[in-house]
Amino acid sequence: MISNLFPGMVLAYSLGMLAALASGRGVMGRWLVALGAILGAAAGLALGVAVIASGTPWAMNTAALFSFAGGLALRVDSLGAFFLILIGIVAIPAAVYGASYSKHYEDGHTSLRQLGLMLNLFLLCMSLVVMADSLFTFLFVWEGMSLSSYFLVITENSQPGTMRAGLWYLAMAHIGFVFLVILFLLASGGDWAASFASIRSGAAGLPDAVRNAIFLLALAGFGSKAGIVPLHVWLPMAHPVAPSHISALMSGVLIKLGIYGLLRVALDLLGGGPTWWGVVVLGFGAISAVLGVLYALMEHDLKRLLAYHSVENIGIILMGIGAGLVFQSYGLMTLAMLGFIGGLFHTLNHAIFKGLLFLGAGSVLHATGTRNMEEMGGLIKRMPWTALFFLIGAAAISALPPLNGFISEWLVFQALLSGFQLPRPEVAIVMPLAVGMLALTSGLAAACFVKAFGITFLAIPRSTEAEQAHEVALPMRLAMGLLAFLCVGLGVVPFTVTPFFTQIIAELSGISAPPTAFNFNWTLQNTAGFGQMSPTLIAIGLLLILGLIPLCLRIFRANQKLRVSSTWGCGYTGQTPRMEYTATAFAEPLRRVFAQLYRPTRELSIDFHPDSKYFVHSIEYSSEITPWFEKVIYGPLVGVFRFAANQFRRLQSGSLHLYLLYISITLILLLVVARWL
Amino acid sequence: MANYLLGIGQGLLALVLAPGLVGIVRWIKARLQNRRGAPPWQPYLDLGKLFAKDVVISNHASWLFRLTPYLVFSSTLAVACLVPSVFVLLPFDGIGDLLTVVYLLLLGTFFLALAGLDPGTAFGGMGSSREMTIAAIAEPTIALAIFGLAVRAGSTNLGHIVAQTLANPGLAVSPGHLLAFAALFIVTMAETGRLPIDNPATHLELTMIHEAMILEYSGRYLALIEWASGLKLFIFFSLLANLFAPWGLATVLTPMALLTAGFVFLGKLALLALVVAVIETRVAKLRLFRVPELLSVSFVLALLSVISSFLLR
Repeated sequence: MISNLFPGMVLAYSLGMLAALASGRGVMGRWLVALGAILGAAAGLALGVAVIASGTPWAMNTAALFSFAGGLALRVDSLGAFFLILIGIVAIPAAVYGASYSKHYEDGHTSLRQLGLMLNLFLLCMSLVVMADSLFTFLFVWEGMSLSSYFLVITENSQPGTMRAGLWYLAMAHIGFVFLVILFLLASGGDWAASFASIRSGAAGLPDAVRNAIFLLALAGFGSKAGIVPLHVWLPMAHPVAPSHISALMSGVLIKLGIYGLLRVALDLLGGGPTWWGVVVLGFGAISAVLGVLYALMEHDLKRLLAYHSVENIGIILMGIGAGLVFQSYGLMTLAMLGFIGGLFHTLNHAIFKGLLFLGAGSVLHATGTRNMEEMGGLIKRMPWTALFFLIGAAAISALPPLNGFISEWLVFQALLSGFQLPRPEVAIVMPLAVGMLALTSGLAAACFVKAFGITFLAIPRSTEAEQAHEVALPMRLAMGLLAFLCVGLGVVPFTVTPFFTQIIAELSGISAPPTAFNFNWTLQNTAGFGQMSPTLIAIGLLLILGLIPLCLRIFRANQKLRVSSTWGCGYTGQTPRMEYTATAFAEPLRRVFAQLYRPTRELSIDFHPDSKYFVHSIEYSSEITPWFEKVIYGPLVGVFRFAANQFRRLQSGSLHLYLLYISITLILLLVVARWL
Repeated sequence: MANYLLGIGQGLLALVLAPGLVGIVRWIKARLQNRRGAPPWQPYLDLGKLFAKDVVISNHASWLFRLTPYLVFSSTLAVACLVPSVFVLLPFDGIGDLLTVVYLLLLGTFFLALAGLDPGTAFGGMGSSREMTIAAIAEPTIALAIFGLAVRAGSTNLGHIVAQTLANPGLAVSPGHLLAFAALFIVTMAETGRLPIDNPATHLELTMIHEAMILEYSGRYLALIEWASGLKLFIFFSLLANLFAPWGLATVLTPMALLTAGFVFLGKLALLALVVAVIETRVAKLRLFRVPELLSVSFVLALLSVISSFLLR
């Protein structure tokens, strides 16, 4: 059974690719492509479940393929299985959604063939990344994943800005790739064909300096994929321009593979390290979380806003993992387990609710044709299902009980709050700072999603497009509904999955927590009873009270009448959308509070009536915040490259004679070098 | 089982006392300002009147606007069941810890802010925006104050924190607890919409925060929201009273103990009401953009509390 799942998965994805190559158009073509992706993802999911359930890894090696590099070595252990499940959970709804969503690409401007082919290839490569068991296999499929996702990002390549965003993504992906190549060659001692098992056994004997270098390279290389600050710049560019179901996959799954890589290298291959590793991960996590949400607040492009929230949530995941690494270095194994569980659970939860939110944003984009929140409004009446699902996602990402985001954030909080058990005060003092930053993050996230949902879905439509919006097709609603259901389910009964995290971490790092330490039956309990809560009872209690209130109101004969009337406008009748609060206005207080960071620039020009200053023709106001990272870090970097490219351009005259000269000089030089060296 | 029944009992107690608490604060304030003031039981009469009135809602409002009062009320009431007011069952209280309390309250704020945006008025949006700003900035302080308490108690469970202070009375005057109390007190003023952050008595459009957000509510919806804000005040007062000075809380189930605990608790509430009323008569409302400064003071207090708890552990 289990041995058939892998060929099944490859077969399904290949059929999906073939269907795309054949045409990928029309109802039939789009659904065939989606079917390949759905079946492939389902087979991967089943493989993951089988491995976790049986507790024994699954492995295979195709020696015939790539024999020069030791073959394509695959092995699914618990961690890989977890990520296979995660890919499946997001990919299945995304594929269902995509089949319907890509209908509007049938206008001839967009290549559905490319979209379908690359979607299946992308999913296959991602599945292989978490299975890879040798240096070459990993780097090969990792690069395949980056390239296929690049083609997915530039699907709408006729739109302005898409190619630029794609270029940024490609550049960042390859800067990261260079780090990864150096990392693995350092770890394997230059052996291209090294298997992970040999790297693992060799890593213990490496000098400390090399181990530290490998860790830092992993942080940079995988961090550029995960989108940690300051390597996050590609996320807010690439996510908005990609088709929405692709954004869901990239934000839900692709960036998580950065987390996978970091865990694989730091915990599995290197087997943990000194305390400062954990502190560094925790620090980058905290900075990413706070800056991610702060930039999200200032964003009025719905999909860019969500992309910045991915930076934030990657930060929260890293805070859990960083705390785990710190505890592990001091031998506080149950606490380390708690931190890692928090990080992994948040990885799963973020995949689910961010997938949901991107699909929701896609529906809004589909219905209104814009990503600008200032032109939306009133969609809750026109798209009731999308609004409901988006609201569930928004509440989950804001860590509101009883949804899944709250559970994993609670676990990360518990890990950080346990920091006082650390023996060294100078390390332990990091923890309260991290707690403060995590709390600030979740508070700001709630504010940001009040803005995102409130401005987009509530009140009066701000444009005719929003006014004429319509609910999306059934498959798109089903896909969102499935993810929304998971948000609620994992929030109310998290202990159905939490024991598996213990198993994954134990297998990965050899950390074993005493079986009584994690009481996940009906109540979630921190180690040694540090904190307890029962999400199920809270949900039941909330529902009970919610049902009892109307009942009590009836019993006590409260007035049940309800009249609908116009909104109170201080005596002014005729409310228009221009009287509404805008997204900019909503975020204005926070923009002022954090003005030191944003450094907003304001431009105000008032056009007065020529006769009197008391009459105003028009007012123009524009305000922008300073994009620090683009300006301070990447601006000079891009400038250097541009300068170098300009210098090299002098070599290119376009004259054939000159090129012939270059070729002969190069050939002679090579011959000389080959002869004497 | 007894555990749950007691929780429900405390929730009902909070439900009954909360409007009275609001009335008491208003009455003391009136007296301090040389006014006769409405009697302390006035909020009960107000609620009764609101429940008897028709609801008028905006034609732009959606189902969310109609759901929010119920959701805010139920999440606040759920918190009231978790927070010890007269009785605390030791050593375990596994339904919700302090973090759960904070996030359940945030749930109510989140939906109230959405409902403020729903009718499409400028006032509602203004209130929502300000309320969420203050809630977001107050969040780190609350988390750190929890940390400060949890370090000494070794738990975020409310029961554990209370038990630890009962066992070591010296903790109550330790710098960690005192600083955390000060931090949480400032947050209480912010979260419950009290002066100098927000003025619960004003309906002047440009300065109001909480009142602007709920401007479009009427009838039984307004009654539920008003009751919920009363409950929130009650919850924060209970936290301040019982986490930092837990004496008098009943730990055994005898009628005598419960009765004593009830009277002691009423005394603590009255004392806090007096303090809040005095502060509210003495200070002027801060400009909105000065509020973050006050909240950063409370953040620093909370951070100092954690550090001193940590060093003195």
